Amino acid sequence: MGSAIRLQGLVRSYNGTRAVDGVDLEVLSGSILGLLGPNGAGKTTIVRVLSTLITPDAGTAEVGGFDVVRDAARVREIIGLTGQYASVDEKLTGRENLLLIARLLGLGRGGARRRADELLGQFHLLDAANRPVQTYSGGMRRRLDLAASLVGNPAILFLDEPTTGLDPRARRDLWSLVGELREQGTTVLLTTQYLDEADALADRIVVLDRGRIIAEGTSAELKERVGGRSLFVVVADTARLDDAAGAIAPIVGEHPQARDNTLSVAVTSSAVVPTVLRALDQAGIEVVELGLRTASLDDVFLALTGHAAEVTSETAEEGA
Amino acid sequence: MKSLDQTLALAWRSLVQVRRNPWELGDYSIQPILFLVLFLYVFGGAVAGSTEAYLPFVLPGVIAMNMLFVTVYVGHGLNTDLTRGVFDRFRALPIPRWAPLAGRILADLLKQALCIALLLIVGVLLGFRIETSVWEVLAMVALVLIFASAASWIMVLVGVLSRDPEHVQLFGFTALFPVTFVSTAFVPLETMPAVLQPFVQANPVSLLADASRALLSGGDALEPALWTLVWAAAIAVLFAPLSVWALNRRLARG
Repeated sequence: MGSAIRLQGLVRSYNGTRAVDGVDLEVLSGSILGLLGPNGAGKTTIVRVLSTLITPDAGTAEVGGFDVVRDAARVREIIGLTGQYASVDEKLTGRENLLLIARLLGLGRGGARRRADELLGQFHLLDAANRPVQTYSGGMRRRLDLAASLVGNPAILFLDEPTTGLDPRARRDLWSLVGELREQGTTVLLTTQYLDEADALADRIVVLDRGRIIAEGTSAELKERVGGRSLFVVVADTARLDDAAGAIAPIVGEHPQARDNTLSVAVTSSAVVPTVLRALDQAGIEVVELGLRTASLDDVFLALTGHAAEVTSETAEEGA
Repeated sequence: MKSLDQTLALAWRSLVQVRRNPWELGDYSIQPILFLVLFLYVFGGAVAGSTEAYLPFVLPGVIAMNMLFVTVYVGHGLNTDLTRGVFDRFRALPIPRWAPLAGRILADLLKQALCIALLLIVGVLLGFRIETSVWEVLAMVALVLIFASAASWIMVLVGVLSRDPEHVQLFGFTALFPVTFVSTAFVPLETMPAVLQPFVQANPVSLLADASRALLSGGDALEPALWTLVWAAAIAVLFAPLSVWALNRRLARG
């Protein structure tokens, strides 16, 4: 069927600043595209244009072959949208929320009830179906929000930071639900600030920074670009982290990145490992773990943008 | 037909919400009854000589006041939908653009009708006697509902312009209290200072209260009723396009 989503030269400004500054994008039917970037990169703006909520200043956007401005009504018939914040009605029960959407989509009374029950079961919400949403946990809200966007069996689904603010278990739950959608052949455009999320879910990843695409490819291709492997060292005593970094830097020719009690740095050859181990031993630094791994998307992001990915779960991507 | 079903579904949703919004539910039930009983028994003797004499005067006044307070929830609910992202979900669905607003205003009219019925029933239980025909009572209900649907457009604008639902409520009530009290809703015109009287006479709340009194207890209803309709038309003509323009502007921006 070809491409489900196509963006050409998309530009959209907010108060004089360009949130999206000339983006070309194509998502193949049935695939999952991860739009990866920090706060303010323009991810939400792209989703809002694609879901017909705002119009572009320049460029074109097509969803399922329909122009989002000229054929907005047709686009709305084939899409589902799950926003950054759970956009479900807090005063209604989970079931009532789904019934409302089903009725709005033209299902009859019986059909609406069957569809609601089906989704409540699929999203593990049957026990809470008759409780108002204001009593739900964050993870339950997101699941309901996702269920609400699937009532009409959309061919194309937009997930705008679906796991921001969720605890690890709720994230895993949501991931597996997205995985099920993949098997059903739904086209998904997913935005995320979490590198591991894009890694786990997306077939292709587009990295966005300040309204522009700075890289794209499969997760393996992107990792390839930073030279393959990185050395990581976990030290026993966090106070000695700087000493350890000082000992490693002259050997690998670059200063390692520190996070918690772990140092990591890109390396070209595995031959450095025994040298590093010896150097740390001589400096009297106790090593808990040391090894080589394929570069993570974190490394990719750092290499591409010159700054680390800001993984902030609480801050809103205000108007961007 | 399809868009009617969609509007009805959205109206249903606004009504179901009330169950879990104790504050709002109170404003449709306990509060109007409380106002009626308090005004009647606290001020009745002072204003009209006795509670019996005050009841036919104050009941239409409380109906008019409560109608205005109920319209605040149009703006409150709209603003909640706008700030919580529910409105965006509706806009991404294949439904007419006007359906969410239409559903909300339709639900508001139903709530209004129930409030009027409740106040009339409580009034009768307290000793109120309707002196006019069924048609005049229905005309009074229709008049209040027509004015309510016009006033709702002001609250739509407030709902669009406010930062959060709390500000809607704050604005709604600070603006509505003076408008309601500087009127003949609760006390006769003659008892107020001369400087205030022109405002009181022109106030649509006075006109609506006067017309409602005449339609329930007899007297000249035509003049105040016509002026109430003129006010309603003027408010609708000004605020409906203004509200829709402000709403579209807010949506296009974000």
